[in-house]
Amino acid sequence: MPEDPINASSKAVPQINLRRRLVNAAVTFAAVGAVILVLTPLVAIFGYLVYRGVGSVNWAFLTQTPKPVGEAGGGMANAIAGSAFILLLASLIGVPFGIGAGIYLAEYGRNRFGDAIRFTADVLNGVPSIVIGIVAYGIVVLTQRHFSALAGGVALSLMMIPTISRTTEEMLLLVPNSLREASYGLGISRWRTTLSITLRTATSGVITGVMLAFARVAGETAPLLFTAFGNQYWNYRIDQPTAALPLQIFTYAISPFDEWHRQAWAGALVLIVLIVVSVSAVRIAASRGMLKGAN
Amino acid sequence: MTGPKPVAGPQLAGQTSWASAIRLKDAGGQLADTVFYALVLFCALAILAVVGLVLYELVSKSQLSWHAFGFKFFLGQNWDPVNDQFGALPFIYGTVVSSLLALVLAVPLAIGVAVFTTEMSPRWLRGPLAFTTELLAAIPSVIYGLWAIFVLVPLLRQYVQPWLARYLGWTGLFEGPPYGIGMLAAGIILAVMIIPIISSITREVMTAVSQQQREGVLALGATRWEMIRMGVLRNARAGIMGGVILGLGRALGETMAVTMVIGNRPEIARSLFAPGYTMASVIANEFSEATGDLYLSALIEVGLALFLVTMVVNILAQLLVWSVTRGAPARTHA
Repeated sequence: MPEDPINASSKAVPQINLRRRLVNAAVTFAAVGAVILVLTPLVAIFGYLVYRGVGSVNWAFLTQTPKPVGEAGGGMANAIAGSAFILLLASLIGVPFGIGAGIYLAEYGRNRFGDAIRFTADVLNGVPSIVIGIVAYGIVVLTQRHFSALAGGVALSLMMIPTISRTTEEMLLLVPNSLREASYGLGISRWRTTLSITLRTATSGVITGVMLAFARVAGETAPLLFTAFGNQYWNYRIDQPTAALPLQIFTYAISPFDEWHRQAWAGALVLIVLIVVSVSAVRIAASRGMLKGAN
Repeated sequence: MTGPKPVAGPQLAGQTSWASAIRLKDAGGQLADTVFYALVLFCALAILAVVGLVLYELVSKSQLSWHAFGFKFFLGQNWDPVNDQFGALPFIYGTVVSSLLALVLAVPLAIGVAVFTTEMSPRWLRGPLAFTTELLAAIPSVIYGLWAIFVLVPLLRQYVQPWLARYLGWTGLFEGPPYGIGMLAAGIILAVMIIPIISSITREVMTAVSQQQREGVLALGATRWEMIRMGVLRNARAGIMGGVILGLGRALGETMAVTMVIGNRPEIARSLFAPGYTMASVIANEFSEATGDLYLSALIEVGLALFLVTMVVNILAQLLVWSVTRGAPARTHA
């Protein structure tokens, strides 16, 4: 710095200001650029899905089973039904356990043990889906000696439980305590209060959580690879290999046949429409749920 | 709010007087309460049991491979199922490199998006922006993979990789024939997939920074960027770090999209153009075809390693996020 500090700083001020303003503008520009860059793949993915998928989704695609290699036509009806079957099994196992655990955490779990459960649920939530597949293979497929719809359902249910239990807990905690107290004051027992007052008030929020978990596992492929395994034909039996939409998309995508690529895009479009519809439904339900939460 | 209707429980519906009704309820209620408690406790314990089961399954079923190779399993480069030789290093390398590449690409973008949404965007744009990033998180991995195979990979092969090879080839990171498929493609698609997680957590912790911090810094004459840097990012840095590590955890365990574009060759190459293989991909590709107990056991040991690493990473991330949001549990999922 020169000997005359006052003079020096008075000279420097406009310069620094310009530099600071430039940096500010540059950062704003960069942030806008980042947003555009992040939105590009989203638009590209949806655009390409619609572009490639719409032409291929037709009545045959929704009602027929896959044709052998080389024959045109055929569809993924069995995979769509199989996915629905596996997801139904997953929900039958995952939803009661998830909601039950959520009730425990909210109503009885305000202690060290509850914290341990909460922590474990977060750990389970972070387990890679392929590892969940290995576990379901170990406990269901090996005992049954079959790849099966049940094994796929068990794998997906393990992924649903932590999500459902944490959202259920959050929603139950939003219910004001005065409601519980009013119920106790009328002589209603604790279990009855929990089910008919607390859970009932939080219903829309709990459903939100369930739908969120459902949407999350609906597109899962990795845990189904060696549990549900996939099937070229119809299957209605719980102990037999079953086709699933994401599995079928995967198999067709990595195949060398153009016809199968076309079908993979069609399947992807059907899958994404199902998921986006449920996520949007969740958002609407959630905005209502917040109003109900009476915070 | 659903009115007081449920109060008319079955116990009170009868013709009995109030006093006897309450006594009746007491007798039955005690038992019912205990049963209900036991039921929900059972559900909660199931979560503990599942994690225990995951550990038990992985540990017990990988014993064979552990006894055969010991710690050398993680250092060996040779994956040869035909001769029962298994070394997992190429997969560990592939997982680490593809995830780090994804972080390098994703973190600046994700923080940029979060900064824009919380601090710069007009109010009416915030909701739609948050919703759109959420949508990005809801796309299944297999669809990312499908898109990557048919759109991203050809783009890389025709335009991006030749360009990178010409101007940055001297680094040694961008050498060799431009297949399109390979480590670079895997890193990019992973980046696209983890941006929503990182940016939504960054948004969350930035919102948790108190408004007074912002006003204080602005009052000292800071520009908007200086306010964001000193007032917001500095206070939220632990939480942002947590979000980044959570993104890393997701990238490490991601399976389908990576399997579809990384090339699936168990080799360690310096060039990002070269095909690779990740821990999750090798399980996905080879598990259902694994013949022989040792082969299967080796794959399960890879799974065990993956489980332990992601667990440590996730716990670290969770603690960091909690440190900023003060115990309010973070929503780690979309």
